[in-house]
Amino acid sequence: MSQVSRPLSPHLQVYRWQISNTLSILHRITGVALALGGCALVGWLLALASGQSAYAALGGVLGSLLGQLVLMVWTFSFFYHLCNGLRHLAWDAGYGFDKSAARKSGLAVVAAAGVLTVIFWVVALTRVTA
Amino acid sequence: MSLKSPLGRVLGLGSAGAGTEHWLAQRLSAVAMVPLTLWFAVSVVSLPSLDFYSMTAWVAAPLHAVLLALLVVALVYHSSLGTQVVAEDYVHAPGLRVAILAALRLVHVGLAVAGVFAVFLIATRAPL
Repeated sequence: MSQVSRPLSPHLQVYRWQISNTLSILHRITGVALALGGCALVGWLLALASGQSAYAALGGVLGSLLGQLVLMVWTFSFFYHLCNGLRHLAWDAGYGFDKSAARKSGLAVVAAAGVLTVIFWVVALTRVTA
Repeated sequence: MSLKSPLGRVLGLGSAGAGTEHWLAQRLSAVAMVPLTLWFAVSVVSLPSLDFYSMTAWVAAPLHAVLLALLVVALVYHSSLGTQVVAEDYVHAPGLRVAILAALRLVHVGLAVAGVFAVFLIATRAPL
């Protein structure tokens, strides 16, 4: 078979950093973070199944400053991965491929994830203090 | 020499000889999780209290228990498929690669069983 001279993707170190590849790697990073969040969800269910003392112990960890911070990172990861996942599904269906559309949808995804994270925590914290 | 057409040779067969199922399962579990995760997020912030008794009662409601079990299954499945691809992309040492892929698969099966069983325990223990 003859060698086809296909265009090769530039190596990572000489690749100009852009919105598209930043959001792409962020999708992976948030995905891995959410895989750990899934472990926490199962841990939370196990604690609830185990009884009051286990549930209180987990509540203490999650209620700490570090726990709240990690929960906030998970919340942003969730909303980002959700919104960007919908963007991926649109691409899978064949929509939004051209450069300006991809750029716009990328910025929209980041904005939506930020806004949803803030709304979630404002509602959560006002309900706790109320 | 194969007499198959070029199209026939590539249909459904990438370099690994497979892949469509993995891709499709990732999308399907993603679509399933859109309503499930949004329901869970809205429920968690709108519950009157997150203490042991109100949480137990909430999880134990039949509809909630079923939706939570579905959420755990879809999430763990999606997580299994996703972390598998990440490991395949970045871990190149053959021995370590196999070990990590096996460990990921086993951990995810464990998570799914533990999560569903925990929901079952909570639902059956709670006084109705």
